[in-house]
Parts: sequence; C-alpha cells; structure tokens
Amino acid sequence: MSNPATHTHNVKKDDSMLRQKNMLSEYYRRVSFAHEEGKKVVYSFVPGNLTELFLTFDLVPVYPEINALQNGMRKVSARYIQTAEKIGHSEDVCTYVKCDIGMLLEGNKGPTGERIPEPDLLFLSYTGCFTFLKWFENLACHYGAPVALLHTPYQGDGTITQNMRDYMVRQLRDEIIPQLESISGKKFDEERLRSMLRLSAQAEEDLVAVLQSARLRPSPIDAYFGGVYYIGPIFTAFRGTQECVDYYAELRREIEERAAHGLGPVTPDGEMAEERYRLVVEGPPNWTSFRDFWKMFYDEGAVIVASTYTKVGGVYDTGFRHNPDDPLGTLADYCMGCYTNLNLPSRVNLLQRYIDEYQADGFLVNSIKSCNSFAAGELLMLRELEKRTGKPGGFIESDLVDPRYFSAANIKTRLESYLQMIEQKRKGKVH
Amino acid sequence: MGFYLGIDLGSTTSKAVVLDEDEQIVGRGLTNTRSNYEVAASLAQEEALVNARFYYLRRELEKSESGAPGCEQLFQQLESDFRLEQHLFRVNRLHETCLEALENSSALHLLSSARSALDAIFTECREEAVRDFDLHQADRSRFFRDIIGSQYMALAEKHSTRTLPYDFLLNIYDRSILKEENRSVGFTFESALGAARNRTAAHFPQHASLLQTVASRVLERPLEVLACVGTGYGRQRLPFPKEQIRSEILCHGLGAHYFFPATRTVLDIGGQDTKAIQVDDEGVVTSFQMNDRCAAGCGRYLGYIADELNIGLHELGPLAMQSRRSVRITSTCTVFAGAELRDRLSLGDSREDILAGLHRAITLRAMSLLSRSGGVFNEFTFTGGVAKNSAAVKALSQLIAENYGERKLNIHPDSIYTGAVGAALYARRASSDRKAA
Repeated sequence: MSNPATHTHNVKKDDSMLRQKNMLSEYYRRVSFAHEEGKKVVYSFVPGNLTELFLTFDLVPVYPEINALQNGMRKVSARYIQTAEKIGHSEDVCTYVKCDIGMLLEGNKGPTGERIPEPDLLFLSYTGCFTFLKWFENLACHYGAPVALLHTPYQGDGTITQNMRDYMVRQLRDEIIPQLESISGKKFDEERLRSMLRLSAQAEEDLVAVLQSARLRPSPIDAYFGGVYYIGPIFTAFRGTQECVDYYAELRREIEERAAHGLGPVTPDGEMAEERYRLVVEGPPNWTSFRDFWKMFYDEGAVIVASTYTKVGGVYDTGFRHNPDDPLGTLADYCMGCYTNLNLPSRVNLLQRYIDEYQADGFLVNSIKSCNSFAAGELLMLRELEKRTGKPGGFIESDLVDPRYFSAANIKTRLESYLQMIEQKRKGKVH
Repeated sequence: MGFYLGIDLGSTTSKAVVLDEDEQIVGRGLTNTRSNYEVAASLAQEEALVNARFYYLRRELEKSESGAPGCEQLFQQLESDFRLEQHLFRVNRLHETCLEALENSSALHLLSSARSALDAIFTECREEAVRDFDLHQADRSRFFRDIIGSQYMALAEKHSTRTLPYDFLLNIYDRSILKEENRSVGFTFESALGAARNRTAAHFPQHASLLQTVASRVLERPLEVLACVGTGYGRQRLPFPKEQIRSEILCHGLGAHYFFPATRTVLDIGGQDTKAIQVDDEGVVTSFQMNDRCAAGCGRYLGYIADELNIGLHELGPLAMQSRRSVRITSTCTVFAGAELRDRLSLGDSREDILAGLHRAITLRAMSLLSRSGGVFNEFTFTGGVAKNSAAVKALSQLIAENYGERKLNIHPDSIYTGAVGAALYARRASSDRKAA
C-alpha cells in the first residue's frame, strides 16, 4: 500500500474555510454580547432548527449541540462531562448533554472562551430525539427559562401527510410565533421571513452541488470529515442570511475548481493523492479525536463520498428546498424531513441511494456509544444494506465528545480490516 | 529452499510461523510479549526459524537412518538439549546482569555476601535445569521468566539471611529480568546446536557420527525467507513496510480456513480483544465484529482471575470443569474482575462454581459478537489462547447448540498460530503475485 500523502506540510486553507472561521468567531462574539446589545437569546437544536424564524425576530440563536462538539474538538469536553457526572448524570447519558451541563456549571464559557448568555427561550423542536426533551427540561430547571415546544411528528411510516403538515403549521401560527413575538417584543414580519427563506434556498442549492460533487472520481470532497465543515453555516445561525449565501457560493466555486483539476479532497494532513476506497458513512463522527479519526481514513486512501450525519440539520439532496411562497408550510416540511426524524426503512433507502449514486465500495457505521437515537437499529440497517447492495458493511464504535470511548487501536484495527476486506472482495480471491 | 514467514504480535503472546513453498508449516515460534513488541517479534521469529531447522533435521535423520530404532528418541533428545543450551545461555546472561545490578546498587555492605548468594542461586538454577529440563519443557506455556522466576524466588529465600534480606535479592532479580527479557536471542543456531550435539552424543555415543553428519547437512541448507507478513495487536510496531502488515481479522479468517477449509464462522478470543468473523469458501472475510474499547471478557480477564486466585492460567479451565452448580456472573469487567471474585468467595460460593460462572459470562459476550457478525455457521472454528481453555469451550458449545443448533466445532492443536499462519499465507500469495507480475 502506498502512502497517499504527497504534501504533509503547508496545507493551504481554502478561502471558504477562513471565511467560515471568521463567521464563527464573529457569531460567538455576537452571542456573548447579545444581552448587552439588548437582544434576546434563544437556544435551539440543530435538527429542526427554525433559524430564519428566529432571525426574523432579531433573536440570537445558540446551539448547545454545536457548543458541545466544539468543546469536544477543543479537548475540554472530558472535564465538562466529569463535572456533569459529579452532580449525578450517569455514564450512559448522552455526552452532548453532559458536556453542555458541565459547561454551564463551570460558568458557561463557550468554545471561544467567551461567555454564553442565559437563554430567554428554550426552543424545542422535537425531531426524533427523545433526549432533546430531557436536555431542555434540565436547562429549563436550571435557568428558569420558558420552553417553546414545537412538536414535530415522527415519520413513523416514512411519509409526511397533509395532516402532519397542518398540525405543524397550526402550532407555528398559534403557539410558536406568538411566543416569539412575546419574547422579542416584535411583531411577526412574514415578508422578512419570505426573503430569508429565499436566501436559504439559494445557499441550499450550492450546498447540494458541493455534496454531489462527490459523485466524481476522484471525489473533490470528503463528504463526512470535510462535510461537517460544509454544513456548519447552514445548519446553524446563518441559514437565511446573505453571509450564508456568500459562503456557499464561494465554497461551490472552490470545489468546482478542484473538480475541474481532478483533485481529491483537502485534509488536515495534506491533499488526498490517491482515492483507493469510496465509502458511505452512517452516524456522527467522533469529535474528541476528530483529526486522528480522519487521518486513519486518509492514511488508507479512503474518501467518504456521502454521509447521513451531514443531513441531520436538513436533507437537501433529495430535493427539498425552503420555499418562500409557503413560509410556515416549508418550515414544517423542513423539520419533519431532517435525518433524525426518519424511520429505519427511510434511512436504509437513503443509504442505498447514496451507495448506488456515489458508486461506493462499501458503507461504514460509526456507532455512537451514548446516542441511542442514532445507534438503535444500525446493525439491522447494515445487514439490510449488505443484502440489497452486495457491498460489504463495516462497523466501528466511538462516541461524540467523551474521549473515554475512543480507542484508537481498536478503531484502527476494525477500519483496516474492513478496508482490506473490501480490497479482497474487489479482487475476488485471496490476496 | 524458500520460506514464508508470518508473525502475529499478540498482546499476551507473540507467534511466528514458517511455511514452505507447499504451504506446509515447518516452523513455529511462541514467546510472551510482555511490553516489548520488537523483541517479542524477533524472538518468536528466531524460534520459528530454529524450529524449521529442526523440522529438516528430523527429515535428514529419518532419511539416513530410516527404520532405525531410537531415531525419534534421538531427535527428541537433541531438540531438548538444544532448548537446554538456549535456556542455560539465558540463565548465564541473567546471572551476569544480576551481578551488574548488584555492582550498581548502593548497598556496598551487601556486595560480597550478595555476590556469593547470586553465584550459589544461579549455580543451582543451572544444575536444576540440566537435571529436570524435560519436565519444564512439558509445559510450553511457561516462558523463561516463569521458569527462572519461580526457581530464583525459592532459592533467594533459601540464601537470604538476616543481613542479606530476601527483598534485596528479589529487587536485584526484578531489575535484571526486565533487561534480560528485552534482549534478543544472542547466540547462533550453529553454536547452540554444536553444544547440544555434544550433550546428546554423550547419551547416545553410538550415534555421534550420525548426529554430526545430519547437523552439518542442516547447517549447509540456507534458510531463505522469501516474504514476510506481520499482524496482531502490535503489528504497527513491526519494522515492516505497510504492504507487509495485514489485519489480524483477515489473517485469522485465512488461518482458520487453512486448518479447516470448511470453516464459515471463526471466533478468536485473544488477550486484548474478541473477534467474530465470517468467511467464505476461500477464507475471505465477509463480515466481522469485535469488542469495543473495553476488553471485558477477553483472555486478559482470565489472566487477572488466575492471578487473583494465585494459580496458573492453564489451571482455570480444569478447575471450572469441576463445578457442580455454576454461579451467575453478570460482569465481565476486567478492571473489577478481582472484586467480583472476592465478593463471590465471601458469599460462600466455591472457586469451581465461580470459575464456571466466569467462563459462561465471557462466552456470553462472545456469543453477542457472533450474533452481531451474522450468526454461527457450519463449520465453526474457535481460535486464540482461550480456545485452549476447556471450560470456555464447554460453555461455548452449549450456548451455540442452544442458539444455533448442532455445529461442528473445530479447535486445532496449533490454534494459537492461526493468525500467524494467515499472515504467512498472505506472504506466500503476495510473493507469487509479484512473480506472476
């Protein structure tokens, strides 16, 4: 096996990366001064977030999941988790929750070191993750902040019915919007929402083009490790803004240029020189050893051509776009369509589609120890996909932000074995 | 003649296998890994090559004296004498290391009495080795450290006095054995064989010239390793290029297929991890599952239990087999193994019943991995150190029969070498690919 690394030093950071970095630091600054600047703060989860709606009311959104994963990448999650365990959260509780609660107990210093203000509202859109409910219950208890619950019906039979849609629109119109009006002291401006949704759709178009560039050989992107950066702005506080549109336009230009030159993805360890394996990945990544984890794939020349994790804040590559002509209906569709709100058969169908469309050599599950929402049923999905596609499935285990669950040697053994297994299958005999 | 070498660096033991061009196993090497993978790899490899030379030596012997009575006996004596020479070499080297450690210690007032004690201890160790070496050889799971350790400790107790405390002698040993274990072989095959031959000739003077002829024929035969592949937990530490490192899961699959071509499901319970592997009719892995980062229920767990009970690892299975009423154990946590055991003992359960329960608990964990990998198909092959444990095998057979029906269970006497055999086969195939290209 040749080492795919050609340039291990002086990795060029793309302009879009720098742009995103600046956007994020500016965002965290805005968050930390929100109350001083007279703004209200609303906490929300990524799946089913209604960022455009919040921004319509000039509310400042905060995403506890993002803080947790950022803290994981910055290697402070272990301490926060222990702090949360000290007050009685068990070892098996979702580590995002414990990381967030630990951060709260230690003064709510965010990933940039700036203080995250207390919430004026906890906006809870239930999208397939029961833990979300309990998480905000805990925060509500701690802060005494009100909770706005948008109940998103689960796609239990794999479809969105008119009834489900009406139910959500009614909640938005009769409950959520009045609550947002009362918190912000502003009247709902539907026109403003429409214009934001127009910008959302524009950015979504470019995001999909970026994600689908992985159909090329070699793929110019890594749709999992690189993908988590690509979804950053649109899954969080920027959807519906001009900044977001500009970011995705620039990203798309960069990727199209890479594709035109037949280049592989940029990784922290250099450019991927040879694409040896094309994989589809199910499940969130590990954040505490994110770079080491990525490097294991990079070292083997394995590129992720599609992933489901990059769909938790919205599945856009099957056609959904925010529709400015139906502002509340489109928010309902968005929430119900998030990956976390899909049932197992729909997830299997989506994965199968990825394996076929992206000409993957196989698919890999990264099963998250502390996330039952994701992990339950993943082995069944794997078996079903093996049956349907004839492609080998792989299974590794790690965690979101608890470094105690990350064993590099174990994951490396499994990953290498899996890739060698693909290699053998390709050759059709023992070599 | 060319050979193919496979090395399996396990977390507990390191294994090496030499295959000839017909894919026959001609040499096997086994050593304890301790903490140094590099040394373990070189020791296992060296032993496998020595073993391969003896394989040819036996063939030469059979050729020249075919049908002659005592041929096998002669061979066994020579091999045993060779091992004795190896052992004595290490005893001497350890002796020197202990003396150096003594010189470097600050206890100047003990220098002369300790020196005499060490000389006496090692003289007795050597004498005992010459007297009872075959006895020690009978149990191949005992490595140099195990044999010399128990001798040294007993003798140190005997030679300690009020002024020369036992702890002082023990400390000298502890420091020295670590150094000794981290050394490579240190002698040539030729010199050790020469010494062994003299020893054997003393027993069989009538065969002295035969031994000489056979030995020189074997020494003339060059041992050329054509290709080498490494695998196992410590594989990253091998000084091999990446293409010569193979996943242990693939090696186990192929190795199991080598021993039992009809194998479809393989279970390997090693020191650090447990693997459930499905293979096709060519030994190609089609699916696998292994334990996560927690090594609960792996071989190491049994090791802790044995330490806790102060018995040998190999005694666990037979003890558990004597159980009449297995105790239900829920935790297979390696860290808490000792606590669980003491808990149970304090509740009045017998050692045998607790051990039976422990074996069932680790087997249940393996069953979960098996089912997650796709199930148990005919034929089923059990490998790894734990496959040597009769109680684990019994519990596994029962659970498989209960859950999957009757399955043919294979355990090869060379099962500990399964990964190394797979690695050697990969070496052989990679090499023939190169030739074809």
